[in-house]
Amino acid sequence: MGYFIDAFNKALALMISFDPELYGIIFLSIKISVIATLISTALGLPLGAVIGLHRFWGRTALINLTNTFMGMPPVVVGLVVYILLSNQIGILGPLRLLFTPAAMIIAQVLLATPIVAGLTIVAVQGVDPLLKKTAISLGANSSQLIWLIIKEARYAIGAAVITAFGRLTAEVGAVMMVGGNIRFQTRVMTTSIALHKGMGEFQLALALGMILLIISLLINSALDVLRSGRGITR
Amino acid sequence: MEHIFIIKNLTKVYGEKKVLDIDELKLSEGSITGIIGPSGAGKSTLLYILNGLEKATSGKIFFDGKELKGEPDIETRRHMSMVFQKPAVFNTTVYENMAYSLKLRGMQKAQVKDRVHELAKLTGLEDKLRQKAATLSGGEAQRLSLVRAIIHKPRVLLLDEPTANLDPANVAMIEKLILYVKEEYKTSIVIITHNMFQAKRISERLVFLLNGSIVESGDTREIFSSPKDSRTLDFIEGRMIY
Repeated sequence: MGYFIDAFNKALALMISFDPELYGIIFLSIKISVIATLISTALGLPLGAVIGLHRFWGRTALINLTNTFMGMPPVVVGLVVYILLSNQIGILGPLRLLFTPAAMIIAQVLLATPIVAGLTIVAVQGVDPLLKKTAISLGANSSQLIWLIIKEARYAIGAAVITAFGRLTAEVGAVMMVGGNIRFQTRVMTTSIALHKGMGEFQLALALGMILLIISLLINSALDVLRSGRGITR
Repeated sequence: MEHIFIIKNLTKVYGEKKVLDIDELKLSEGSITGIIGPSGAGKSTLLYILNGLEKATSGKIFFDGKELKGEPDIETRRHMSMVFQKPAVFNTTVYENMAYSLKLRGMQKAQVKDRVHELAKLTGLEDKLRQKAATLSGGEAQRLSLVRAIIHKPRVLLLDEPTANLDPANVAMIEKLILYVKEEYKTSIVIITHNMFQAKRISERLVFLLNGSIVESGDTREIFSSPKDSRTLDFIEGRMIY
């Protein structure tokens, strides 16, 4: 227990040290996860709404596919993005994105979009069908109807976004693979933890893990205030 | 008298069950038509089809003299609105619920505000406008549903047992509002009711549906005073076992 208390104290000491390298890592971690979550929401939310609200051929297969991708192992995603961005064999190689934050964002978007889409499908399907009928009977067109249902499902959709963000902040496999954990360039909290663990600096790794948890807690609390309070409601 | 709806040879089949089979039905413009009949007679299905929420299996429907082919277009649908038995309120304020139909139609904010306040006052909901709609009582929620459906002055108002499960005071308020809509907006109203007193009180025309078919239709007072079909008499006097 004392080991963990020491790690916690070390985490606090690190945080108040305002070490530029540590804060650079924290800032990059947040930046990559936030950008990837925003892009995933922009893609996954409308995709989930369309799949959840419309009946079309192949819909069930699409839902099954989305659910499968929700559980996609990050290392597989990392490997696929690595191959695509690879200078030698990747079709996106000429873009020279491998081992950059952009590559890490691409990998994270691929991981989070199915999560947002899958949970949005469940969220919109959970809206009372009578509300949908009411809106149609009051003269809502297709886009007005979809917007209404998204608003009605906003709490569940908010939870989907938070879930995706949580998954991304904790992700290590894919970002390690496509980012390379390069100091001052692509090193984030999770890859940093993995590095220090590998070097046998367990207490430092644990302290970094605690900082990551504290940051996640702060961001999730802020999102929760938005989700349940005045931010997302009107 | 002009007819807002003319229905010919309308059928609706679910699986192997024919739930509607209407040879002809004409709904008069600007009047209140009551639809009565036992549960499962096809009353709600008929309203859903008129509103475009369900498709008929076969038959023709004319709205304002024009045949509706397939699903009614948005312009046609926007002439109608419907209130369901169970009030369904959006997860926002009473004001936003009331304003919904007007906002759908792109009305200016100031006009929306005026209309909302006018109808909120009329229905006793003025002091609840900022409240979450989910916090309203059943009667208040149904009044809100009705306001939301009439605020844009529709040509047709379809009511599916709007006063079921409400206390007498709320029933009276809703009936008063229905009559107001008919008089002030010249809206054609179709109301499903299981309450024979209500049918007698507010409807001018009456349709009795049984097993998906019309047994009798015509002037409400005539039907109640001298029904032509013995099944109608049995039903309105509560002797029909079904």
